Amino acid sequence: MTPVNVSAQEVSKRFAGPRGVQALQSVDAEIGAGRFVSILGPSGCGKSTFLRCLAGLETISGGRLQIAGQDVQGPPDGIGIVFQQHALLEWRSVRDNILLPLEFAGKPVANYAAKVDHLLAMTGLKNFAHSYPQELSGGMKQRAAICRALIDDPALLLMDEPFGALDALTRDQMNAELQRIWLATGNTVIFVTHGIAEAVFLGDEVLVFSPRPGRVAHRLRIDLPRPRPLAVRETPEFGRYVGEIRELFGTMGLLDEKGAIAS
Amino acid sequence: MKRLLTGAVAAGGVSILVLLLLWEVLGRLSGIRPIVLPLPSQVLVELLAEWRWYLDHAVYTTLTTMAGFILSVVGGVLIGTAVASSRSWERFAYPLVVALNSVPKVAVAPLFVIWMGTGWEPKVAIAFLIAVFAIIVDTLHGLRSIPQDVLDVARVLKGRPLAVFFKVRLPGALPSILAGMKVAVSLSLVGAIVGEFVSSQKGLGYVIMSAQGTFDTVRVFAALMVLAVLGLLLYALLVLLERVLTPWRRHS
Repeated sequence: MTPVNVSAQEVSKRFAGPRGVQALQSVDAEIGAGRFVSILGPSGCGKSTFLRCLAGLETISGGRLQIAGQDVQGPPDGIGIVFQQHALLEWRSVRDNILLPLEFAGKPVANYAAKVDHLLAMTGLKNFAHSYPQELSGGMKQRAAICRALIDDPALLLMDEPFGALDALTRDQMNAELQRIWLATGNTVIFVTHGIAEAVFLGDEVLVFSPRPGRVAHRLRIDLPRPRPLAVRETPEFGRYVGEIRELFGTMGLLDEKGAIAS
Repeated sequence: MKRLLTGAVAAGGVSILVLLLLWEVLGRLSGIRPIVLPLPSQVLVELLAEWRWYLDHAVYTTLTTMAGFILSVVGGVLIGTAVASSRSWERFAYPLVVALNSVPKVAVAPLFVIWMGTGWEPKVAIAFLIAVFAIIVDTLHGLRSIPQDVLDVARVLKGRPLAVFFKVRLPGALPSILAGMKVAVSLSLVGAIVGEFVSSQKGLGYVIMSAQGTFDTVRVFAALMVLAVLGLLLYALLVLLERVLTPWRRHS
């Protein structure tokens, strides 16, 4: 499937209720087809809400949200999604989990055997096709979830802190793998995270969200050549990008003295 | 795992055997009259002498229990699913379920005799009624415990409601439903016996009531022993069913 562009104009989202929360206010973003865009921000800045609006899981309260020139009304066609929790079906083997999107789409599962094998090989799960999710480590479960999101060739891949629950070492590994997978598939990716280094390492672009209400505070192009090795994070260029974002968070009053993002 | 299971069964068998031996020895030493508390050996002799007759009644009780139990599973899953279909509907219907459940079902048994006569129907009805709430509650719990992320994935994938129900919601609720079934099968047996107490010419409940009328304590205990074995077998059947239906949980 050819990658799609995403366009948000003045998007706002207000959750109903007596203490209704303004989650998003005037979010503007233009995301080109085939781009890898990181959305970075502290907890509660509405970045996940924005992603859920794109997935059609939430309806926007105002503005315009389009995927491939079409207004988002309910879940759009041709998207894959990965959450922080793997959301695999525990009673299905890894292989059968990956096939689920095809079953829902009414596509002939038998035609995709080679595709599944390819994805399993690409993510290092070849020997675990018939394992149940609970027999896998956290990182392997997320890999399986990524395979599931990719099986039907999504034009747009939405990822909501997919590596947020993993340990630092696994997270590094997954970052490198995700870049490799994306370079092979070439779809548009929107990657939500609260890790600065992760956002810079993966993204062609980083959209920095500010909290309450969420809006795009800053837009940063990351001009580092691909494929980026993990060691790119030790280079001065990388350090400058990270520094720029840290400074921004500092001016928002989001950094404490230790330099961690306050939530 | 298999070795563990047979080990547990063997250990259980030994503890029951020890209890029966202790009962036999203490009974003999104290010289207690059989009309108060018969010895296990006397009960065993009675069972062996009349085994066809006991088997006949046990089969009847088993059939009414199973009929009531199967109806309660089907009905309980359907009702539980209906109640869980929407939050506002659940708020309306769940208190009703709880209220009905708090009525002692045993007290309603005579009513079923008025409505359905003295055949197998009231027994099945009571076995159903007493067990169905466990299934409803556990079905509801199972459906509610499916992670929101999983349901969101199904929504993004645009699964049709029926496909989502059978591929995601029902299998997700299955472990909880099976837990409910394990409770329900014992309750169904209670229901069938209560039905036989109220009015019957057949079944182990009838055996107990008629033996009570003639102060035949040995016969009462023989029926109780058969009931104990029956209860164990039904429970074991459910454990087996659970292992077959939820193979992915075997590894935990």
